[in-house]
Amino acid sequence: MDALLTLILEFAIPTVIVAAIFATIMIFLLPREVRTIFKRELKAYFTSPIAYVLFVVFLGISSTLSFFFMGVLESEEASLLQPYFQYLPWYLVLIAPAVGMRLWSEEQRLGTMELVLTMPLAPWHAILGKYLAAAVVLFGMLVLSFPIVWTINYLGDPDNGVIMAGFVATYFVALCFLAVTSVVSAMTKSQLVALLVSVAICMMLWLSGLPHISNFLDSINEGWWLLIYPFLKLANSLGAMPHFNELAKGVLSLRDIMFFVTFIFFCLFATSVVIRLKRA
Amino acid sequence: MIEVNDLHKHFGSKVAVDGVSFKVKKGEVLGFLGPNGAGKSTTMRMVTGYLPSTSGQILIDGVELEDNEVTAKSKIGYLPESAPLYSDMTVEGFLRFAAELRGIPNSGLTDAVNKAIETCFLEKVRHQSIETLSKGFRHRTCLAQSIIHDPEILILDEPTDGLDPNQKHEVRALIKRMGRDKAIIFSTHILEEVEAACTRAIIIDRGSVIADGTPDELKAKAQNAGAVLLRASGLAGTGIQQELEKLTEAKKVIVVESGDDYIEARVVPAKGKGNELSPAVFKLCKDKGLEIQELRVEQGRLDELFREITKSDSED
Ligand SMILES: Nc1ncnc2c1ncn2[C@@H]1O[C@H](COP(=O)(O)OP(=O)(O)OP(=O)(O)O)[C@@H](O)[C@H]1O
Ligand SMILES: [Mg+2]
Repeated sequence: MDALLTLILEFAIPTVIVAAIFATIMIFLLPREVRTIFKRELKAYFTSPIAYVLFVVFLGISSTLSFFFMGVLESEEASLLQPYFQYLPWYLVLIAPAVGMRLWSEEQRLGTMELVLTMPLAPWHAILGKYLAAAVVLFGMLVLSFPIVWTINYLGDPDNGVIMAGFVATYFVALCFLAVTSVVSAMTKSQLVALLVSVAICMMLWLSGLPHISNFLDSINEGWWLLIYPFLKLANSLGAMPHFNELAKGVLSLRDIMFFVTFIFFCLFATSVVIRLKRA
Repeated sequence: MIEVNDLHKHFGSKVAVDGVSFKVKKGEVLGFLGPNGAGKSTTMRMVTGYLPSTSGQILIDGVELEDNEVTAKSKIGYLPESAPLYSDMTVEGFLRFAAELRGIPNSGLTDAVNKAIETCFLEKVRHQSIETLSKGFRHRTCLAQSIIHDPEILILDEPTDGLDPNQKHEVRALIKRMGRDKAIIFSTHILEEVEAACTRAIIIDRGSVIADGTPDELKAKAQNAGAVLLRASGLAGTGIQQELEKLTEAKKVIVVESGDDYIEARVVPAKGKGNELSPAVFKLCKDKGLEIQELRVEQGRLDELFREITKSDSED
């Protein structure tokens, strides 16, 4: 029981703080238009089965994952959830686009885009409001995986600081994938197309940062490869994995956080460009 | 309130709107007529700020639309052609959402929603999910959304589409009523609506305005405007048709129906002789000793004008 109490203190309090900061920003810093769009979008997630289905799928995947690594844990207590967080982004490559695929494609399918864009609001109000709603759904998923943390704590004595860092890093990666999905969903009225294309792009975004690829690139010094080297290197440096790894280790460097934040803003800006071009 | 000058819209190489100009002042209701694909909806989409124009000028309340889109949009209420709605919301929830986006303060939300529900007769479906609404109610819900903030300008793309006859009547009356202190543009394929609700109408065909005027002016332009319809009997041997054709006031005579002793004919007036035609016909019949059963001056009909001037288009 004591362990549970400590855990709640260690996890619930930061969660509540994050939620409070979010609410403050929402209420005091963002315009009412963003709040209105956000509220509608968040409600839409829960009036259709989509959010519940995704919650169940995510919980299913993540608990299978943790169960699988539990065996590892028992023998080697120190590394604990490290492998869990190493694998989680592979699932987010699928889950984040599934959460975000409806953002703009549904709007186009229903034709409501014509309503929203003739209302007196700037497009970024709608883009941000919708993105934040999906971000909250993803946040809810991560919070719901708390029982796994509790189980791990029950079985062993992990470093909860590292686990927290793992969650933060995972959430940042999820937000990047979600931002990619926002751009893609603005391009098509089909949710399925949005899902498939986003998954492909997120997968590349994730893979291009793999150590194998960086090592491979560093070993290139001859041949025609050199011609496309700059592009490969660019893709490689855009890869999210190294930044994730740093954060997941509990090293909160400004550089890594800036990478995620810049990437997200870039994608949201790209969403507005796509929406404008679509109408021209 | 609305001024559009030489508006163009190209979709790739396709020209959807080709130099449309018009003005709508407060207190005016402008009807948009035109065959399918004429460019009515595209014009409306540009005026509401949804589609960017290829060239041309749109002034909302004297300010260019591009210069201050948000302010311009806040003055406009818009019912898009397909009446799009979020199917996961209830009627009331959706209207509340629209009212909030329209910037109505929280304290006034409930009132605004109630008023729109009342105006559009939505009380019955207030708590129903939009997904399960019938087509007419969907249309009315979207109409309610467009008037929720009591805008100065209303742009309605086929507002009576899918409504039952009673509701069509109500909506026409509503447009006419609101037209007294708003500037309204609405498009329709039902020509009676133009007479019932518009102060002015334009006919658009292949992206250009081909007729512009009050409903009466437009009707007067129809070929048969001012024609005299004559039904008479007792013509044995009078050769009335030839006699009618000889009248200087008449341009031509179209026989609608004729028998041995009976004729029904439409006499089309010569240019500028509209007023003198019917006395002349009357006199002729009296001189010839015909028994007049009916003699009346026909008003031009909008659908005739419409068919005459947009004909070539429906053939390609
Ligand atoms: N997004 C688009 N891309 C390409 N062509 C378009 C697009 N939108 C409209 N058009 C074309 O522009 C023309 C005008 O269409 P519009 O919808 O304005 O017609 P309309 O007058 O409203 O017709 P209707 O009476 O059927 O509603 C049509 O030929 C249509 O095919
Ligand atoms: Mg149309």
